Amino acid sequence: MPGTLIIAETADGAVAPLSFELLAAARALADQGAGDVSALVAGEESLAQSLIEHGADAVYVCSAGSLDPGSAEAGAGAALAAVEAAGADIVLMGQTSVGRDLGPLMAFRLNTAVAMECLSLAIDGGRLRAVRSCYGGNANAEVTWRGDVQIATLKPKAVDPLAPDASRSGSVTAIDAVGEQRVRVISTEAAEATGIRLEDADVVVSGGRGLGDPSAFEMMEELAGLLGGATGASRAACDLGWYPPSQQVGLTGKTVTPDLYVAVAISGASQHMAGMSGSKNIVAVNRDPDCNMVQVARFAVVEDYKKVVPALIDAIKALD
Amino acid sequence: MNIVVCVKQIPDPETPASQFAVDEAAKRVIPAQGIAPVVNPYDPQATEAALRLKDAAGEGKITVISLGEDSARDAIKHALAMGADEGVLLSDPEFENIDNFQTAVALSRAIEKIGDVDLVLMGRAAADWDMGVAPLGVAEQLGFPCVTIAKSMEADGDTLTVQRVLDDGFQTVEVDLPAVVSISNEFGEPRYPQLRQIMLAAKKTVQVWNADDLELEDDEAGEDNRWLALEALYIPQVESNVEIIEGDSPEEQARNLALKLREAKLI
Ligand SMILES: Cc1cc2nc3c(=O)[nH]c(=O)nc-3n(C[C@H](O)[C@H](O)[C@H](O)COP(=O)(O)OP(=O)(O)OC[C@H]3O[C@@H](n4cnc5c(N)ncnc54)[C@H](O)[C@@H]3O)c2cc1C
Ligand SMILES: Nc1ncnc2c1ncn2[C@@H]1O[C@H](COP(=O)(O)O)[C@@H](O)[C@H]1O
Repeated sequence: MPGTLIIAETADGAVAPLSFELLAAARALADQGAGDVSALVAGEESLAQSLIEHGADAVYVCSAGSLDPGSAEAGAGAALAAVEAAGADIVLMGQTSVGRDLGPLMAFRLNTAVAMECLSLAIDGGRLRAVRSCYGGNANAEVTWRGDVQIATLKPKAVDPLAPDASRSGSVTAIDAVGEQRVRVISTEAAEATGIRLEDADVVVSGGRGLGDPSAFEMMEELAGLLGGATGASRAACDLGWYPPSQQVGLTGKTVTPDLYVAVAISGASQHMAGMSGSKNIVAVNRDPDCNMVQVARFAVVEDYKKVVPALIDAIKALD
Repeated sequence: MNIVVCVKQIPDPETPASQFAVDEAAKRVIPAQGIAPVVNPYDPQATEAALRLKDAAGEGKITVISLGEDSARDAIKHALAMGADEGVLLSDPEFENIDNFQTAVALSRAIEKIGDVDLVLMGRAAADWDMGVAPLGVAEQLGFPCVTIAKSMEADGDTLTVQRVLDDGFQTVEVDLPAVVSISNEFGEPRYPQLRQIMLAAKKTVQVWNADDLELEDDEAGEDNRWLALEALYIPQVESNVEIIEGDSPEEQARNLALKLREAKLI
């Protein structure tokens, strides 16, 4: 029977939040007639329960292999076996280090296509139809598949996860297929943890090229710290070596949807917006009143950040 | 070492949103007036990566391939001016509006036709459709392993050590040649072609191959045979209702912003 398979990922031994977003997307497709929802996860069988509570009808657990970044070929072994076992005609995964490789790899092995970085998915005439962002976020494309299996990667935060339901039940099956892995992972180095994870933060303060000086990121961190948030950066700032790439917000960086996003000296190029336009409230600090970030903001201060940000830090401290 | 670099000509991805327009009926982007197309930003970095490997090895040949309209010659010329040796333009009316999957197939046929290729270098994604699938596609078609999103690499004989950028850190991997590697912006600035090299590049050969030269089947090229059908293309709406925070001094503006944020219960 056709259905949707999601490729779950884990972080620190638990199911990653994005995998719950995939399950919610798959459940919505099931409601439109796409069939049951199954999930593939690599690791312990105990991971299956939370996938079921979040919407899976069946879980395939691969204890032999991994779905780690850099191991796409190994992971494809389990993923292709799970597609077969579940009879899935839709496969969803995250737009992550794993999905960026696994999606295209599976597509070419199954003689079909993958739509990368989808914003929304729907069933139309029994087939998947996806909206995806392209041209750096300037345009949206709607796409459908010619091949039998329809593969899509989902942009993080595009879909809200469902609340866990402990009364849900589902089957758990072991899958021990591991693909031949020609790329040898020598070492993986986690980015230096800089406080709250960008993706989880309710407040994000990001700095751009207009800061003009790497040490200004200390000011960004001070403001973020004061607001209990995380610090991000534009790619221009990261490319200059002012801030680590793991903190980059945008198309080729992180997707964030905080309650408050403070963009300091960032012009608001579409590729940056692609990572933060889902923020509930945007504050722009920029010298240029016509720049895009000011246009899309809820509040904007049009001034030199060097004068505004220190004063803002003082003003916030004075509030309490 | 025989290296192939794939480069794509695209509309300038830094085109301001205000000048970005779409023909919804034709499902195409309308070229912005006065903004010339550019080489996909990651692709000169792939060329740079090839040149560094060639320089380190002291030998090797770099062939640049681009699939596109005649204007894609400029993308090839740019790579030749950076120092690549030869170019191949894949050009055929049947290549118009094909998708990334068909492109990957055509590129892989061209690489087979070149023959004896040790390494294929590509960009991590083309900044028009933002897919990032062709490197894995070319690798799969050729039966090569693929390493994506590289920030640096070294070759030691037939083994390549590659540093990759992950969502949350970095990774070092090893792979035996032949292989495909896709290059990310973290690789660093590509060299800028010097005038002398631009003149030299004019003398380098650029072959032109069509669908028949690549022995593509009728159902492999052509817009109607896309693997991913494009049903619609449009510009998403963003509304603007910004409140500019006033004040007689930056300090007052900052204070007024803090008050607004407190009022909105954001801090
Ligand atoms: C394929 C591709 C992918 C990309 N991916 C990303 C991505 O993931 N993330 C990303 O951010 N970008 C990305 N970019 C780059 C993007 O197009 C822009 O170039 C980049 O976002 C610009 O960064 P910026 O706003 O910091 O710099 P700029 O555009 O240079 O803006 C600097 C701003 O600072 C303001 N300013 C200057 N001085 C001051 C001052 N003293 N006080 C206040 N304001 C000041 C200026 O008015 C200006 O608005 C990508 C580009 C491409 C082609
Ligand atoms: N038409 C093309 N001609 C040459 N190379 C291409 C073409 N399309 C894609 N590529 C290569 O594949 C990479 C990734 O593209 P894509 O998968 O389309 O996002 C690009 O950076 C190029 O190196």
